Amino acid sequence: MEILLAIMTGVLYAAGIYLILRRSLVKLIIGIVILGNGVNLLIFLMGGLVKERPPLIPEDGKMLEGVFADPVPQALILTAIVISFGLQSFAIVLIKRAYKVLKTDDIDTLNKTDDIT
Amino acid sequence: MTLFLYVILAPFLFAILLFGIGQQNFKRITLLASILPIALFGYFLSLTPTVINGDVLTSFTEWVPSLGINLDFRLDNLALLFSLLITGVGSIVFLYTSQYLKGHPKLLRFYIFLTVFMGAMIGLVTSNNILTLFIFWELTSISSFFLISFNNTEASSRKSAIIALTITGLGGLALLAFAVLAGELTGTYSIAEMLQSPEVFANNAYTSYLILFLFLAAFTKSAQFPFHFWLPGAMKAPTPVSTYLHSATMVKAGIYLLLRFTPHFNGNESFFIILLFVGGFTMLYAAINTLFKTDLKGILAYSTIGALGIIVFLIGIGTAASITAAIVFIVVHALYKASLFLVTGTIDHQAGTRDITKLGGLRKALLPLAIAGFIAALSSGGFPPTIGFIGKDLIYESTLNASINPTLLTTIAVITNIFMVFAGLIVGVKPFSGSKPESLGAIKKPHFILWLMPMLLAALSLIFGLFPQWVEVLFTHQITPLLTSVESPHLAIWHGFNLILLLSAITIISGIIIYFFWKPNHRKEQQIKRIEYLSPRSISLQFAQLFHNTSYFLTRVFQNGYLRRYIMIILVLLTLVFGIHIFINPRIFLSLKDIKALNWNEVVILFMMLISILFTVFTKSRLTAIAGMGVLGYTMCFIFVFYGAPDLAMTQFSIDTLTVILFVLVVYRLPKYLKLSNPTNRIRDGIIATSFGTFLAFTIIEIMNETPVKSTTAFYAENAYLLAKGKNVVNVILVDFRGFDTMIEVSVLSIAAIGVFALLKLHLKKHEK
Amino acid sequence: MKSVILNTVSKTLLPLLILFSVFVLLRGHYLPGGGFIGGLIAAVAFILHAFANGLTETRKLLRIHPGFLIPVGLLLAVISALAPILVTGEPLMTGLWHDKDIAILGKIGSALFFDTGVYLVVIGVCLTIIFTISESV
Repeated sequence: MEILLAIMTGVLYAAGIYLILRRSLVKLIIGIVILGNGVNLLIFLMGGLVKERPPLIPEDGKMLEGVFADPVPQALILTAIVISFGLQSFAIVLIKRAYKVLKTDDIDTLNKTDDIT
Repeated sequence: MTLFLYVILAPFLFAILLFGIGQQNFKRITLLASILPIALFGYFLSLTPTVINGDVLTSFTEWVPSLGINLDFRLDNLALLFSLLITGVGSIVFLYTSQYLKGHPKLLRFYIFLTVFMGAMIGLVTSNNILTLFIFWELTSISSFFLISFNNTEASSRKSAIIALTITGLGGLALLAFAVLAGELTGTYSIAEMLQSPEVFANNAYTSYLILFLFLAAFTKSAQFPFHFWLPGAMKAPTPVSTYLHSATMVKAGIYLLLRFTPHFNGNESFFIILLFVGGFTMLYAAINTLFKTDLKGILAYSTIGALGIIVFLIGIGTAASITAAIVFIVVHALYKASLFLVTGTIDHQAGTRDITKLGGLRKALLPLAIAGFIAALSSGGFPPTIGFIGKDLIYESTLNASINPTLLTTIAVITNIFMVFAGLIVGVKPFSGSKPESLGAIKKPHFILWLMPMLLAALSLIFGLFPQWVEVLFTHQITPLLTSVESPHLAIWHGFNLILLLSAITIISGIIIYFFWKPNHRKEQQIKRIEYLSPRSISLQFAQLFHNTSYFLTRVFQNGYLRRYIMIILVLLTLVFGIHIFINPRIFLSLKDIKALNWNEVVILFMMLISILFTVFTKSRLTAIAGMGVLGYTMCFIFVFYGAPDLAMTQFSIDTLTVILFVLVVYRLPKYLKLSNPTNRIRDGIIATSFGTFLAFTIIEIMNETPVKSTTAFYAENAYLLAKGKNVVNVILVDFRGFDTMIEVSVLSIAAIGVFALLKLHLKKHEK
Repeated sequence: MKSVILNTVSKTLLPLLILFSVFVLLRGHYLPGGGFIGGLIAAVAFILHAFANGLTETRKLLRIHPGFLIPVGLLLAVISALAPILVTGEPLMTGLWHDKDIAILGKIGSALFFDTGVYLVVIGVCLTIIFTISESV
């Protein structure tokens, strides 16, 4: 399963990158969301997969013992998920606003200020 | 002694005080700004009797002891000599400027920079800590930058300022390298304590680096060939700045550094040979250049470079006599050169030109100035009975007694000095002699300060010449440890008839002959400019231009404003650089056993994931894409459930729901997908995306083959309950162990919410659009 | 969305979900849950209510603008982070704990208040974003 999930992470990255490389702003955002999922899965895999043993200390215990899922990547991903919501909502509103002002969904028309002459 | 520390910090406090006064009020009390340099000069003068007897004044305050940076100041006779020069010439320049720049709209700014510069310079020569010395050193470069570019509306001033800052800044970096290297090798950042480890400087694997860095710093600051070219450019600054920074004090900082560290390198031959070579070449090169300049300040700039070359050359000879000569010459040069500069400034101020071909006959209108210029020119040329004569005698005495090739060294010194005679006469005498050209028009009488200040300096040249024992007192105690073994030198005008006197006579007579027969004009100046493309200046500028063009080209290529291009470059490079290794040498073991071990629910999840990804990527409908994205999120949720991450599953579930709601709300109002890309582009992007995905998958598998390091996890697993009294380790990490991160995270979230609110609720008014 | 069923259900679901979110928040230190998840559940509950009954109804129910929850939550988090410095002179974010167990909740400590702060911020952020966007559509 690890190897299959590793390949799946690759697929998520490829899909995300492909969408980011498109010219449509909406596709760009969806691409970022998918890439975010890919990153979460990557971090999760790096912690190692452990089935059905969440990192909870048993009621009568004082510490985690034996086999348990790694809590560190979980804490990282939890943070990442919540932050990505903030990022996505801000980005999507930015797109909405950009569309309203510029009347276009095409990223290539947004690069005027980057021109150096 | 705390007073000493306050004296060093006083200029900086004074600059802040000036800043508070304001431009309008300052105009009325400009003269009062000179109180500070005069007071400091008085202070240093009052210390002279103690310090010259060998009592060193020190002040030590810890600043950043962990890095070895301390406010460690030390006033020995070398530092005292420089401090007197800095505050003495400073007083004159401060007074002079009050008339020279009278009514200038940026007068206050000028005085603030000048005050900061004076403070930095005093700090530089009194620092015993090499790192604070570096800080003051850089501060002098920076204040010099602002003073050169004082007329910042002129493009040429700005350019000269940047060139000066680049060159001296480069030297500053070298000084830092020297400071750190020397500090680490000797284990102390105190210059005095460094003397106790002579082996580091004399012969060590790093000695050549130490010499290289020290010389780079000193030569850039003191305008030695091939770094000299910033100094003529720096003449764009107002004349008081040229007088003070670029002739009397700042350019001597490099000399000071060399003198300060000469004892450390005593016994290292290459140290002295390089100095001899560089100094000798610089003085000849600069002296010949004075022939071809028509701008008075241009002539003075090159004769300053020449004088600095002479001093470096004298240090390079490395005998007690030559160091004495160098130190005396520092005083000689500061006095006559500052005087000549101020004379030039007044001429410029009254006649409106500094072009030597247009000047003449000014003695009638500016008689006192003419006298000052004449005396300064005499000292510059080494005529008796000025101090310049004594200085030149000492130079010849040390070249004649040099250990290597005294004939050659003496010849170089004589040739240079002949041109120095010429340069002094052309600046100090030529504008006043002869008949006045018609083009000059009526010359108004200057304010008395404008002739009194150069006169004071010129008079000092004469007085010290008549009473050399007043300079001699500097040497009553060893001025640098190099001079320990030698009895204090005896300075006098008359040593009897000898070879030195003959050389002096040859020098003066030749100089006068050149003065009468060589008339600088613009044609000669143009002719010498034809070989300008070979000069270090144009080579450096071309190098800078090349640098600029290259970066411009690279910016055009990489920063072209297309997001896709940026991402593509990054990805392709990453895939190529790191991917090749993995593709060549794959360590992937996908066996049938792995496939057999799969549960049916794992198969279902993977299948759902794949389908939802394909839908999201390839659909033509935005809503389908969003739905696909939502399903993808839920499948992630299942993975988290299966592999022991209930917290993640719950979070992912709620966030995914919210995200889908958000997208539906917004995207519904956005336009339909446009068909913007052609099939070729899509295939290209597909290849890039797929190859990066493959590279990543391979990398992950590689990493999973390694044994992970779990020490962090083990810490949390052990201590979650014992230290933080929680049993859900993920939550404990979030709210306790890494609580600070969480706090920042919620702040970021808040900012995102405010951003969304602001973007949608705040509308631009018509005129803001 | 005018659906009678959703309308009725949402009115009952709202208090239940809010209660559940508080439950998830409080038990977070011992079992899966915590401020982030609790906050998200509460936000989803309000959004569900808004979908069923319209935004104005939900706003009326909330009384205050959800944005106000953000500074309140941040303040709570900062205070509980600073508490150790002020109370016992220990470093920032050191956990302070009440000695005795309290029924249902288990031990009470500064971490719980911190988590509550997170909870409030998350509700505030999610509701502000979604409400602002749906209003301006």
